[in-house]
Amino acid sequence: MSTELVTPSSGSRDTGGRGPGAGPGIGKGRRKKSVQAAEEARTGLAFISPTLIIVLVMVVLPILWTVSLAFQKIKLLDLRNAGVIGDYTLDNFAAVLTSGGFLQALLTTLAYSIFGTAFALAIGLVAALALRRPFRGRGLVRAVLLLPYVAPVVAAAFVWSTALNPQYGIVNDWGQGLLGWKEPIAFLSSRSDDLSILGLDIGVPTALLTVIAFEAWRSFPFAFLFLTARLEAMPDTFEEAAVIDGATPLQRFRYIVFPQLWPTLAVLSVLRFIWTFNNFDDIYLLTGGGAGTEVVAVRVFNYLTARYDIGAAAAQALVLAAILAVLVLVYLKLFGRSEDAA
Amino acid sequence: MSTVTAENAGQAHTRRNAIEERVLRVLRPIVIVLLIAIAVLPFWYMLVLSFRPLDNVLQSPGRLFFTPAEFDPSTYVDVLKSADDGGQGFLTFIRNSLLVGIGTVILSLLVAIPGAYAVSRLEFFGRRKISALFLAIYFFPSILLAVPLFVFYTRIGLRGSLFGLLFVYVAQVVAVSIYMLRNYFDTIPQSLEEAAAIDGASRVQVMRRISLPLAMPAIVSNGLFIFMIAWNEFLFALLFLVERRENWTVSLGLSQLSGSIEVPTTTLMAGSVILTLPIIVLFFVSERWLTGGLTAGAEKG
Repeated sequence: MSTELVTPSSGSRDTGGRGPGAGPGIGKGRRKKSVQAAEEARTGLAFISPTLIIVLVMVVLPILWTVSLAFQKIKLLDLRNAGVIGDYTLDNFAAVLTSGGFLQALLTTLAYSIFGTAFALAIGLVAALALRRPFRGRGLVRAVLLLPYVAPVVAAAFVWSTALNPQYGIVNDWGQGLLGWKEPIAFLSSRSDDLSILGLDIGVPTALLTVIAFEAWRSFPFAFLFLTARLEAMPDTFEEAAVIDGATPLQRFRYIVFPQLWPTLAVLSVLRFIWTFNNFDDIYLLTGGGAGTEVVAVRVFNYLTARYDIGAAAAQALVLAAILAVLVLVYLKLFGRSEDAA
Repeated sequence: MSTVTAENAGQAHTRRNAIEERVLRVLRPIVIVLLIAIAVLPFWYMLVLSFRPLDNVLQSPGRLFFTPAEFDPSTYVDVLKSADDGGQGFLTFIRNSLLVGIGTVILSLLVAIPGAYAVSRLEFFGRRKISALFLAIYFFPSILLAVPLFVFYTRIGLRGSLFGLLFVYVAQVVAVSIYMLRNYFDTIPQSLEEAAAIDGASRVQVMRRISLPLAMPAIVSNGLFIFMIAWNEFLFALLFLVERRENWTVSLGLSQLSGSIEVPTTTLMAGSVILTLPIIVLFFVSERWLTGGLTAGAEKG
């Protein structure tokens, strides 16, 4: 679990309107009110300033510094000589954007984020619907379904890689014993395997699919949690009316439940996409970025810690953030309005 | 004639309805059991492996239970013992994780409680924009922050210290913390504070005597939540601490040792259980409030 637990509808309460005028000051003299307001403003700033300082020092300034570093040719060793005013150059970006490795990593990141998000949302939706009607022990089941999300990623990744191990992993043991696999599958170290479906041999990117499955497993609880909250808040009346009109369960889902879930799904898909796009831990722990699973975040890490090439690492991280920003803006442009309408 | 077709259609419809109802009635429990299995089995597998001797695991890897005869808790002793005594040193890692976790909780709450109170109660310049600003932080890739912080910490010599890690964690959690606490402050009726203010209490007194005690459940759960984040964190721990084994957190220790061939898998499984168990316990303790606090407002869509 990371800090990514933020609700999709954040900020909706900002308009709550607890201004100074709403207080008991109404009807008193104007001067007294403005004195009170000034005092309130001072206290407010004093209360929020520790947060502002720590965010400024630990988040805002570092990001600005990344921008500066990305435009310099700089390695960790010659850091002492580097100041704010260095030799600015576009070389890092040129090198990054023209290298095949970066573009490949970007494509991998995109595939990982899109499919990881889609599967997580799909499973989360199925789970939320399956647990919609009350039954004994539902509360416990709900809590248990959140386990993959709250468990430490390091432990989860270790269990998965043990279970998927070709020599002593349980998955390959069962696959060979029960499902008749001819040989063990190297889930985490095989770039691609031939899969025969209906006599057709199709090449599938084994390791990439495995890390996508891991991502779906780890984050479906997040979608489940928010879809459940939405379902609980849904009024029964429409569905009851539809039952009287003779709508079948699937029709009721298609025409009544799903349209009401749509805005939540839209927000969830953005959030999950962003976090998966930025994800480092899961892939680093499962494959180390090998076997065709190198995403940009892992690549940045390797440039930073193995090559000490700070300039290139910063440039790639910035390009990653920029692409993410563009994708999110395009999404909001395309779908933002329909969300308001829904 | 038209009534006949209508009747036919009606019958077909009723049949379709009946089929759908029946299929769903069968499917629902199956889906629920499957979901429970995918959520729980990996953790069960973890627990079983941590108690089975390595040889037995290699011989029969597919068993999801252990017999009383093969029950072997020595892996736990092995993983906890310090490296000098031939163990893996997880006791030290636990101490480090506790230090960082508790330090992060205390510091974050000290910063976030006044912050949340201000955002919820006080009118000041930029109040409305602040939440949006904090939220924006979370959409930046943390790897983007990793680059400058790595460089910065190397330069000032804080790399490798638990203390340096603590500040990164506080910066990472403080916005979520403020968000959750503000939601709670918003639910406390303002009239209580106004009554105290009329009785002559100062703002700080009001906060200490009225608002804080009322918000205590939220503060405690929020503290648990922050602790869980700090305990689970991996990227920054890896980036800053990897060269100093005596400062490894449990997460980092497990990930580093799982890369080496010398440590038996069953021992590391015991380490995984030690890493996971506190989180699961804390989660079940705070689950009700956490899920409520996080999805507050989400039901509006």
